[in-house]
Amino acid sequence: MSNPPTAPAPAVAATGLRKSYGSHTVLDGVDLRVAAGTIFALLGPNGAGKTTIVKILTTLIGADGGDVTVAGHDLAREPDAVRAAIGVTGQYSAVDKFLTGAENLILMADLHRLGKAEGRRRAADLLERFDLTDAAGKPAATYSGGMLRRLDLAMTLVGDPRVIFLDEPTTGLDPRSRRTMWQIIRELVAGGVTIFLTTQYLEEADELADRIALLDHGRLIAEGTAEELKRLVPGGHVQLRFADPDGLAAALDALGTGSLDDDALTLRVPSDGGVRSLRGLLARLDDRSIEVAALSVHLPDLDDVFLTLTGRPGDDPKDPR
Amino acid sequence: MTALAPALHDSATMLRRNLRHMVRYPSLTLMLVGMPVVFLLLFVYVFGATLGAGIGGGRGAYVDYVTPGIILMTMAGAATGTAVSVSMDMVEGIVARFRTMAISRASVLTGHVVGSVLQTLLSMAVVVGVALAVGFRPNAGPLEWLAVLGVLALFVFALTWLAVALGLAAKSVETASNTPMPLMLLPFLGSGFVPTESMPAGLRWFAEYQPFTPVIETLRGLLFGTPIGNHAAIAVGWAVAIALGSYLWARRLYDRDPSR
Ligand SMILES: Nc1ncnc2c1ncn2[C@@H]1O[C@H](COP(=O)(O)OP(=O)(O)OP(=O)(O)O)[C@@H](O)[C@H]1O
Ligand SMILES: [Mg+2]
Repeated sequence: MSNPPTAPAPAVAATGLRKSYGSHTVLDGVDLRVAAGTIFALLGPNGAGKTTIVKILTTLIGADGGDVTVAGHDLAREPDAVRAAIGVTGQYSAVDKFLTGAENLILMADLHRLGKAEGRRRAADLLERFDLTDAAGKPAATYSGGMLRRLDLAMTLVGDPRVIFLDEPTTGLDPRSRRTMWQIIRELVAGGVTIFLTTQYLEEADELADRIALLDHGRLIAEGTAEELKRLVPGGHVQLRFADPDGLAAALDALGTGSLDDDALTLRVPSDGGVRSLRGLLARLDDRSIEVAALSVHLPDLDDVFLTLTGRPGDDPKDPR
Repeated sequence: MTALAPALHDSATMLRRNLRHMVRYPSLTLMLVGMPVVFLLLFVYVFGATLGAGIGGGRGAYVDYVTPGIILMTMAGAATGTAVSVSMDMVEGIVARFRTMAISRASVLTGHVVGSVLQTLLSMAVVVGVALAVGFRPNAGPLEWLAVLGVLALFVFALTWLAVALGLAAKSVETASNTPMPLMLLPFLGSGFVPTESMPAGLRWFAEYQPFTPVIETLRGLLFGTPIGNHAAIAVGWAVAIALGSYLWARRLYDRDPSR
């Protein structure tokens, strides 16, 4: 291996992933690397190719080209070893609607050969943890969207997977359920598993992910931490507030740039938000002994990033289905 | 543990799942039983006297004559049900989940097959019960009945694999409910309802060489002691060929990449 011995093996590594449907190229050479024990978010609008990537990485469909290892196993040569290490919650619910919540979990336990007693125990634990105990005996067909999503994830966890794929885990959830899901995802990572999730919500990637990749038309257009991505684009600024109009005027004079809000006594100065430029800014105000009442740094959010990199807003309206 | 043990374990798990579906939603099973029973009553009470006269007896003789055909009709109807439930199952997300798990790949199919075979045998038992109630009087001993069960189980097994393959091949549930239709006609286009000798030459040729006729003739032989000849061997041959061909076809369909 060319990796230095100290670098832990990545949980997911893909190079040059390609896939087309007929003449329609869906993935056009995607490279991904997800460090073990981290949350990775694949962010992209409808039709970007997120689900296609998840399906390939989880052995559901084959790629037309590219090399992939998941949990240290080559996807093409050892699909069963990959399957044994992963858990998948797809975009559309993957529960048996004719069975009850408890039966679905026990079905998973049986397929993981946990044995009868251990399977029941695990099912009861997960029902409790996902707040489904009251609905455990009802057919999944009667569950609400949020309950289905939770049952779906609970089923994924029965086999204690090391790498978990979540395709749009919070789409269609209300804000409270979304927060609950985020909390669950954070707990999972704290327990040492790796999470690969897709989302259309910039806020979600920002909130959860250690690293984010932006996918657009089957190509990665950017990759990094949320902070790194935000720094890629202009639009950041520092907002300074002053105690009186004199201070405001003096500051504008000292800095020579910025937009004034006379009523709020604030001045907006363009900035990349970095420490060095902040220090410079404050030094120039200090030189003239100008008192700043409050200072806040505004980095561009991921919406700005998407807009800048693609020339259009990140959250296209949902396809009619 | 042998290499077979995990596959058996997974298949048993999948079988439990399918049986649970059947118990919880018995409407399909009831339909599978209801249709042949209606045909049995129709053919016995409406056409029975006339058709019975045609084979040199009366309504009573016709009950005996037609019951094996009705049993095969039950089988054909059940095959349609299997194809429909397999094709419905394949679009369910749970099957996509199974495909991402390290389980025996064939287990999803074997679960369906064993479940459907049990369901069909049960339906046939009910149909035979109704036939006995309306005057079906075979003179078979326990050994012959056992042989009847064996022949039926083998043929049900074969047709169920065929139905699973048809269900997998179908692009929609409607298609899956249509493609096994010809099976429903086979008892009519064979010796199920009238002797093949009464048919015009081309049809008669078809009736004598299609797979249902040797099964029906074998059943008649076991139940009533009529000569079986080489019908039994031909019936077993058909069953093995259909089962093997359909199994391989079904495996290929299930293993194909759904994105290609
Ligand atoms: N089976 C298929 N046959 C043909 N085209 C397909 C198929 N599956 C996906 N596509 C196409 O591939 C592209 C990417 O689809 P994919 O489902 O990966 O997008 P996505 O990023 O998951 O979108 P969404 O946010 O809507 O879930 C789309 O243009 C879609 O139409
Ligand atoms: Mg998708």
